[in-house]
Amino acid sequence: MAEKGKIDPMHQFEVQPIIEGFELFGQQINFTNSALWMFVVLGLIYLFMMGGMKRELVPGRWQIMVEGVVGFVDNIIATSIGPAGKKYTPWVFTLFMFILFANLLGMMPLGIIPGIHPFTVTSQFTVTGILAIISFSIVLIVGFWKHKLKFFSLFVPHGTPLPMIPLIFMVELLSFMVRPFSLALRLFVAMIAGHILIKVFANFVIQAIDAGGASILVAILSIIFIAFVSALELLVCAIQAYVFALLTSLYINDAENLH
Amino acid sequence: MDLSSAQVIGAGLAAIGVGAAATGVGNVFGSFLEGALRNPSAADGQQGRLFIGFAAAELLGLIAFAVAMIILYAPPAA
Repeated sequence: MAEKGKIDPMHQFEVQPIIEGFELFGQQINFTNSALWMFVVLGLIYLFMMGGMKRELVPGRWQIMVEGVVGFVDNIIATSIGPAGKKYTPWVFTLFMFILFANLLGMMPLGIIPGIHPFTVTSQFTVTGILAIISFSIVLIVGFWKHKLKFFSLFVPHGTPLPMIPLIFMVELLSFMVRPFSLALRLFVAMIAGHILIKVFANFVIQAIDAGGASILVAILSIIFIAFVSALELLVCAIQAYVFALLTSLYINDAENLH
Repeated sequence: MDLSSAQVIGAGLAAIGVGAAATGVGNVFGSFLEGALRNPSAADGQQGRLFIGFAAAELLGLIAFAVAMIILYAPPAA
């Protein structure tokens, strides 16, 4: 699609090997830029948490920040699962922090430093897919472990008339099986869409400046637009992390409490 | 019509769904605000449901976007 001399908005999502690895079962295993940025996200989360876990008697600013995030995730779980949800806090908190930091790191204007090519980890369907599959497996394992075969009653709402049960069962089963896809797809597409939008308008800026003359106005308008879209994207980053954590805890609630 | 222009037109048609989802998301937040202003004390407790509704409405728009991107960047069929 992209002709020579134009900016290809999809190029930023390409996974490129940084260190050549080894071959395993016919697949080339490399250390890619995706893996590198995942490690960066991990390091940032580590720094953020360690800065606030000194257990000071009078909490400083940093500790208040960390306590705020922990309390926020705790609150999501308490309202959607209830007291039984305490044991799922580590997973939901991991999800929330990883997605939030990965999204925000992808939005940072690190590209202005030469040689650094920022990569949004959550813009890969494999990454978000794995996160969604782990959440979905927790639901399945907990559901079948706790309720055995009674877990299937999740697909038949209370008070369904007898003749309707087979139909309702199939519909509910379908909507249940689609959950991991919708969970992964939402995050992945939201990230991709925002980044493409910004890149396309960045393309307009460069082309307008190249054209010269009155088209400089287009460049100025595009830059203003990019600023607003970036602000919106920062909001979307936080909302997507919140929605992922919220939906995961709601799905776990289905397994834990079985309506 | 050659294939590549049909591809671009198809992607544009698929993008209509994104606009429809915009209506949906606006409806979710608009209705929430309408209810929240009538009973502000109950609004905070419903924020979780607000974002579930938002997520459901947004997902369909994002799927339309994904379809548009798949059509646009699909390798031209031989």
